[in-house]
Amino acid sequence: MSTGLDGDVAGSTRGAGITKLDRVVIRFAGDSGDGMQLTGDRFTSEAAAFGNDLSTMPNFPAEIRAPQGTIPGVSSFQVHFADYDILTPGDRPDVLVAMNPAALKANIADLPAGGTLIVNTDEFVKRNLTKVGYDANPLEDESLAAYQVHQVAMATITQGALAETGLGKKDAERCKNMFALGLLSWMYHRPTEGTEQFLREKFAKKPDIAEANVLAFRAGYYYGETTESFATTYQVAPAKLSPGTYRQITGNTALAYGIVAASQQSGLPVLLGTYPITPASDILHELSKHKQFGITTFQAEDEIAGICAALGASYGGALGVTSTSGPGVALKSEAIGLGVMTELPLLVIDVQRGGPSTGLPTKTEQADLLQAMFGRNGESPVPIVAPQSPADCFAAAVEATHIALKYRTPVMLLSDGAIANGSEPWLVPEVGDLADLGVEFATEPNAPDGSGEFWPYLRDPETLARAWAVPGTAGLQHRIGGLEKADGTGNISYDPNNHDRMTRIRQAKVDGIEVPDLLVDDPSGKARVLVLGWGSSYGPIGAACRRVRKQGHAIAQAHLRNLNPFPKNLGEVLRSYDKVVVPEMNLGQLALLLRGKYLVDVISHTKVAGLPFMAEELQDVLTGVVKGIDA
Amino acid sequence: MTAIELGLPGLGGLAGVPTTDEPQKAKDYKSDQEVRWCPGCGDYVVLNAVQSFLPSLGLKRENIVFVSGIGCSSRFPYYMNTYGMHSIHGRATAIATGLATAREDLSVWVVTGDGDALSIGGNHLIHTLRRNVNLKILLFNNRIYGLTKGQYSPTSETGKVTKSTPMGSLDHPFNPVSLALGAEATFVGRALDSDRKGLTEVLRQAAEHRGTALVEIYQNCPIFNDGAFDVLKEPGEAEQRLVPLEHGKPIRFGAGGEFGVVRAGFGTLEVARVADVGEDALVVHDAHTDDPSYAFALSRLSAQDLSHTVTGVFRSVSRPTYDDSARAQVTQARETRKADLQSLLRGRDTWTVVGD
Ligand code: SF4
Repeated sequence: MSTGLDGDVAGSTRGAGITKLDRVVIRFAGDSGDGMQLTGDRFTSEAAAFGNDLSTMPNFPAEIRAPQGTIPGVSSFQVHFADYDILTPGDRPDVLVAMNPAALKANIADLPAGGTLIVNTDEFVKRNLTKVGYDANPLEDESLAAYQVHQVAMATITQGALAETGLGKKDAERCKNMFALGLLSWMYHRPTEGTEQFLREKFAKKPDIAEANVLAFRAGYYYGETTESFATTYQVAPAKLSPGTYRQITGNTALAYGIVAASQQSGLPVLLGTYPITPASDILHELSKHKQFGITTFQAEDEIAGICAALGASYGGALGVTSTSGPGVALKSEAIGLGVMTELPLLVIDVQRGGPSTGLPTKTEQADLLQAMFGRNGESPVPIVAPQSPADCFAAAVEATHIALKYRTPVMLLSDGAIANGSEPWLVPEVGDLADLGVEFATEPNAPDGSGEFWPYLRDPETLARAWAVPGTAGLQHRIGGLEKADGTGNISYDPNNHDRMTRIRQAKVDGIEVPDLLVDDPSGKARVLVLGWGSSYGPIGAACRRVRKQGHAIAQAHLRNLNPFPKNLGEVLRSYDKVVVPEMNLGQLALLLRGKYLVDVISHTKVAGLPFMAEELQDVLTGVVKGIDA
Repeated sequence: MTAIELGLPGLGGLAGVPTTDEPQKAKDYKSDQEVRWCPGCGDYVVLNAVQSFLPSLGLKRENIVFVSGIGCSSRFPYYMNTYGMHSIHGRATAIATGLATAREDLSVWVVTGDGDALSIGGNHLIHTLRRNVNLKILLFNNRIYGLTKGQYSPTSETGKVTKSTPMGSLDHPFNPVSLALGAEATFVGRALDSDRKGLTEVLRQAAEHRGTALVEIYQNCPIFNDGAFDVLKEPGEAEQRLVPLEHGKPIRFGAGGEFGVVRAGFGTLEVARVADVGEDALVVHDAHTDDPSYAFALSRLSAQDLSHTVTGVFRSVSRPTYDDSARAQVTQARETRKADLQSLLRGRDTWTVVGD
């Protein structure tokens, strides 16, 4: 078997009707009302239960129900699963399941020649075809000749299978997504018990619907087994990941769990003050389920109230958290500034989406980096942490909280739509191994002049963190606020020299935050080109590097998790390569920072399409740079 | 579970806040910061009234927090020897909401002005009132923007000539009491800065109210809107205009009690001469009545020309508070579910990879 590479044509070995593959990418596509997210999610769970490595990419419209059967109404879910560690949801599907003509039209361009196409023929009627601009039925002409097409009347067969149940035609038809899932589960030898159990639990209150879905699921499975239209089935063996216990997790869930863990490890109750916004709302939904951990979720009247309530809770000695996306960060900016000035811990989560303004709510982008870095009035430094994958959101949330508590500062956590909704296996950490995030509140007067007063702006000489006394602490009554503070006492001060000093102290505090050195991955040790990314582009960059190396070129990869402050060795790393390529899903924001700070003329490669990079396109870019150097 | 955790009404606003037996004085509440309002500013009077009133609550000073927004009055926390936060424009109620929800052992006070609370912070104000978070809001209404040097505010009378409105302001003003009542407030009161006794009484009732208490305080700004409330202070004028409320008592005013409030059409109220209508026709003030339209009618007794200005407690009713209820949910979750982090992280569906 070949060593798999993300985005490569899968390696395979063939047996009696069973072909072994090292990796497969399946895309389920249908109308928003067809339940494609659920179908993809279940298939993913089956892959996880089977022990494959996996990575997923949901893609759905911003409208809850765009007009039925139209291209804007198409919703899809791509799952990549493999017998080795993969890094991305896959550039292109090997298998496309199209539930209607709109889904076919919107996705067929991504299916490589020779790919497998499974269509639900029932929807390919004149009206639906015309709606999306097909003059002729593509299933009847030569337009799909390049693909292995399987035409299945999914709705009709599902209705037939449910005829006995007494369920109405419409309800029966709605189970066709489970038919599709059953068929794919058979094709790929997936375990089925989990899905049946899941359906029974999901529809526990409507047992007839639960049974109908189970029947449809089985009907799909048996359809594959008994008809001869599918000559081959496929096996993808479990992946050899590092030993341990794994589960599948999305970025937003991992982030929420990170906050729960940070709360437990610090001993501070959490107050999440937030306002619903795509794609961050799931963090609120998840945290609201875990109140037993001392978590309060406050759905505020707006973004500003969300962060202000969080900051108020932090002032009271809780861990204040706010979650949002770029438009919300814009509204929260002034309150983040107040957090900077009052030097209180606060976790600000920005699940980035396409911008500016409302932009592309359901699509991904990394264009809030400069907003996080500079998007406030005055000199207002804020540490920034960015997770690199869905599972990494857990550790990133813990790390961001650690910084917030240790240095008494708001911290920005930059996730994005791709990470938030995407999922992958997660090596579940042992709680005993998690860092202790405990904080010490001030309990005694601390004035160095022996006056017996409490000076809230007296600092720890190491971290520059100020003393944090919470209300209720006798004798330490003090006032803080957004006006400039006198160094030490914290009293209002308009003194020019004091303002200059305080501005520099606030900056020095953030600059001095301890972050791990940047690690460079260069297996050959001979690379002259470094590719440096941040955030969710880790997967495609890593997959592209594997491909470049497989072609026989040396390339070094490094990924930034701490964007403010940067790792101490970053300048040195940048200067030790002939060329540095910086791919970003924006117009070069990290590149700007690197050039400004290190005077290194990095090569900025950018894409702002609302979609993650493909490994293939980055491979081309990197190969071009490497060859340019060699020449 | 305690009554507080259940969010039960009928509890005092200070339940859960630790008390002290040590006698306190007004000066214990004065911070070491020099007070920097303009000479003659009504804020001084209110500050003194609050500092003199707080000792009577017998609370531990460290469990009292003043949170303010931006504006002249919002400097208030700096002058109080309690905990305090001078925050950003309009957001004090939101910050206080987070603080009160996180800490049931604090007595949380918001100090705000007509611009801070009703203009930039209007949204937070109405939502705080409807949620009924256990905090006390002192709204200093001087009907002008002082800190930015004299622009008209959301409570300025229409036609007000200011720096930003040389030809007169165009906006119709808010009536803060009417607004609060419309926003489902459970406690609304009004007092005059110069009326120490009346103000103290409203503050006392506000402190004891469990939930959001909005107290509108008419405050004179001698620099930019001097004499805005003079008609309510001038002997001979004041008695004709001020309509003080006392729960359970007929609403009667005038130098010799010659006026009273009676019911009019469509649930409204109006002023009448007692001699004309007879004592029995006077409305007996009931601050505890569930239906807010009575208190609303009181707030509309006259236009905002101060011709009839009702003071005292308009409304004081019990409703579970947001913060008590939020804590009750946490308590309930703790009682029914185990806070086991490891099992949360594992979830339902795990698989194990064994080493070679
Ligand atoms: S401007 Fe007016 S409200 Fe402000 S401090 Fe001076 S007198 Fe008081």
